Amino acid sequence: MDGSGRLPVFRWIHHVTALPSNPATRDATRLGRPKSVSARVLRERIIVGTLAVAACFSILVTTTIIVVLARETWGFFQFDEVSVGEFFGSIEWNPLLGAEKHFGIWPLVSGTLLVTAIAASFALPIGLISAIYLSEYASSTVRATLKPALEILAGVPTVVYGFFALTVITPLLSKLSPAFGNYNAMSAGIATGIMILPIVCSMSEDALRAVPRSLRDGAFALGGTRFDVSVKVVVPAALSGIVAAFLLAISRAVGETMIVALAAGGIAQITANPSAEVQTMTAYMVQIFLGDAPAFGVEYKSSYAVAATLFVMTFVLTMIGQYILRRFREEYD
Amino acid sequence: MTMMSSMQTNPASATAAPPGDAGPISIRAAAFDGFYGAFQALKGISLDIPRNQVTAFIGPSGCGKSTFLRWMNRMNDTIPGARASGTLTLDGEDILARSLDVVDLRRRVGMVFQRPNPFPKSIFDNVAFGPRLHWRHSRADLEDLVEQSLRSAALWNEVKDRLHASALGLSGGQQQRLCIARAIAGGPEVLLMDEPCSALDPKSTASVEELIRQLRTAYTIVIVTHNMQQASRVSDRTAFFFEGSLIESGPTETLFTNPKSKQTEDYVTGRFG
Amino acid sequence: MSAPRSAAGRLLANRAFLVTCLLATNVAMLVLAVLLISIFWQGWDTLSWKFITSFASRKPSEAGILAPLMGSVWVCSICGLVALPLGVGTAVFLEEFARKSRFTRIVQTNIMNLAGVPSIVYGILGLTAFARMFGALGTNVDEAITLGNEESLLFLRLPFGSSVLAGGLTLMLVILPVVIISTQEALRAVPGSLRSGAFALGATRWQTVWGITLPAAIPGIMTGAILSMSRAIGEAAPILVLGAPLLVLETPTNLMSDFTVLPMQVFNWMKRSKASFQEIAAAAIIVQLAVLMSFNAFAILVRQRLQTPLQ
Repeated sequence: MDGSGRLPVFRWIHHVTALPSNPATRDATRLGRPKSVSARVLRERIIVGTLAVAACFSILVTTTIIVVLARETWGFFQFDEVSVGEFFGSIEWNPLLGAEKHFGIWPLVSGTLLVTAIAASFALPIGLISAIYLSEYASSTVRATLKPALEILAGVPTVVYGFFALTVITPLLSKLSPAFGNYNAMSAGIATGIMILPIVCSMSEDALRAVPRSLRDGAFALGGTRFDVSVKVVVPAALSGIVAAFLLAISRAVGETMIVALAAGGIAQITANPSAEVQTMTAYMVQIFLGDAPAFGVEYKSSYAVAATLFVMTFVLTMIGQYILRRFREEYD
Repeated sequence: MTMMSSMQTNPASATAAPPGDAGPISIRAAAFDGFYGAFQALKGISLDIPRNQVTAFIGPSGCGKSTFLRWMNRMNDTIPGARASGTLTLDGEDILARSLDVVDLRRRVGMVFQRPNPFPKSIFDNVAFGPRLHWRHSRADLEDLVEQSLRSAALWNEVKDRLHASALGLSGGQQQRLCIARAIAGGPEVLLMDEPCSALDPKSTASVEELIRQLRTAYTIVIVTHNMQQASRVSDRTAFFFEGSLIESGPTETLFTNPKSKQTEDYVTGRFG
Repeated sequence: MSAPRSAAGRLLANRAFLVTCLLATNVAMLVLAVLLISIFWQGWDTLSWKFITSFASRKPSEAGILAPLMGSVWVCSICGLVALPLGVGTAVFLEEFARKSRFTRIVQTNIMNLAGVPSIVYGILGLTAFARMFGALGTNVDEAITLGNEESLLFLRLPFGSSVLAGGLTLMLVILPVVIISTQEALRAVPGSLRSGAFALGATRWQTVWGITLPAAIPGIMTGAILSMSRAIGEAAPILVLGAPLLVLETPTNLMSDFTVLPMQVFNWMKRSKASFQEIAAAAIIVQLAVLMSFNAFAILVRQRLQTPLQ
């Protein structure tokens, strides 16, 4: 069978015969030259083969990422100053101190988590509630103006948010309280929150709109107010999509680089104080790659180990999101 | 029976065999079984489709008539898990053979679907799509071919001034006639029609039924229909399916007025549907 | 006997929630407004034709963004030229040809995962694979293999180093998953009845895809592609890791040229402490946003113009 059926992957047609053409239908109107069957079959095979190779490229990318990160991280642990135990056990990260180097990952992870937590507590509630408004309450004219605005926000480069953090948020915060210095986690956290807000809002709104009208109609017919319907019926029905949106947004916040490189600071420490200066995993990587550390030194390799940790974190978050979507998604037809 | 008063007798066809008699056979099925995975949709079908006549498949929903139709041009190949055994031939050649060139089969056995599905292209490009797949034409020959197909489908006069307008601008009945023109442009011997009028209004239905009566002289037509009056209006032979089996087949007039099986009689008199 | 809930209480809750919704939405819009206003406030004065056409300099008053602007154009063109065929080809294969099997499920999950990888990790991948080519060609610049003349347009040097080509390919990695996913959605939106119609006429699967399905999906594919490109223009982290020099005073002349991009230039200027550098950074951001808006407007135009109803 040729292209009429789904190709069982990598099994090819071996032999194709055409039915002899019925002379009754070969009349004067058939004035064209018939196209070659074997040429058609060959062309089909070549094209499908090329497309399959393209599809394999994506697997190649993932494999290469894993191999590169694994190899460099292994090289990192070969250094005398570094041990796996210290990496996961120590709470100090001072790779650039001359004699006293410490390579515990937790300060950097703590910085990332603090900024992400601030971003999430800003973006997730506001994003979800805005999504509920857009989906359940807003008139079509309002939606027609707000949705493009959201799309614009979604496309803004992250350096712009970094700029915003440095020039607007940080001065505002310092006016509020002297505890906020030039670099602080709160400023970066809020800016990151603004960055992920469109993602939360867009994806949650898509999930809410996918819930069919019939559920809403049923709830209204039972005497529900719009609040009842939206929060008690529609949101639970769309929950898997909303959670997936949250996880995706959090994963973007974790991986965010430019905002924290500009506004969060360069001191790796474990703290829950939002006014403190922190360094995230991504900001540390920027510091190394911008700096003069030799390519074979332990400082340089340490950034790969940090990258590997970052990759694992976002990978796990994505997998959880995928699992939730697959398991719990309500199929409405 | 009330059926008799609503029946129209078919005008005598131009072919040699009197209508309703099996003459030369186009498609033959013998002990044909069709499966979707483990589910057996068709059981032991043995049926002859005579050339240049209209054969109607009737029966309640889910009886397998559409499935059988889709096996005749191997459209079931697109459904994973669909398989068949037994005999199914077109002019003596085995349709089920694995080495068969399905592309050529579908040129020789055309299909019209329940909902009109014109491509989002111009009327001209819709009709020319099939021929362009199989042959290389000069521009003039292609234009002739398109005109002839549209004339055969009784659509030419309505669209001849806007051949390059989008096909989606046509009405439902016109779109279905366009799909018929598209199907016959490749010069098939057989036309399969899966409930072609069920999505159309009565006026369009009448024009399509008239078209089917005219096309009989040049093509073998198999039509699946839910509408028994339509079957009696349009077809020469009728086959009644029930739960995957062929209960009875024969000349349309005989099947409706003097059915051999009680089941057939119950169905055509509307005792169950 | 259970106590009935107060109707007044429920209506109050309804009202309160509506207020909350409006508040939340307005906060979002307010933030956008403040963001735009602050940028324009700081950068508008510096924005001028001279700004767009001059190169960076030590003195903020004489600095311009010509080099990063052209660098962005080069990098995004390369990125798009490679990402589009690869992405659309992968999506077409997954949606139209491959049978649903374990292999396709793995590929699909893999693409979703790639969409979630931070762009800085793609920078590392680009550095290793494109710039350094896994160290296979040595690390000494003099040992690089070269083809052609450095001054001319056709010049190739292996390994790519921190060249425009390496930058374009690295950005391609960043947007590839998004292009694949959006193309798949565009293909899924094409009704199955069109494909059935084509098969019934004797079309092979590729003939159906090329003649019917792809043309019908083009608006969706283009919209996704344009939005992906606008994201690529704003990425700085992968370019940073790739090793693009901080100060670039020439526009690219061939694939191997050094380059920088607009967001990187903004980043560099922001890192300086003088307030005047912040002003020119703001001006550069205005240019960046203008480019972004035009991309979005173009995508909307494409969507409206080419969207023919499919049924």
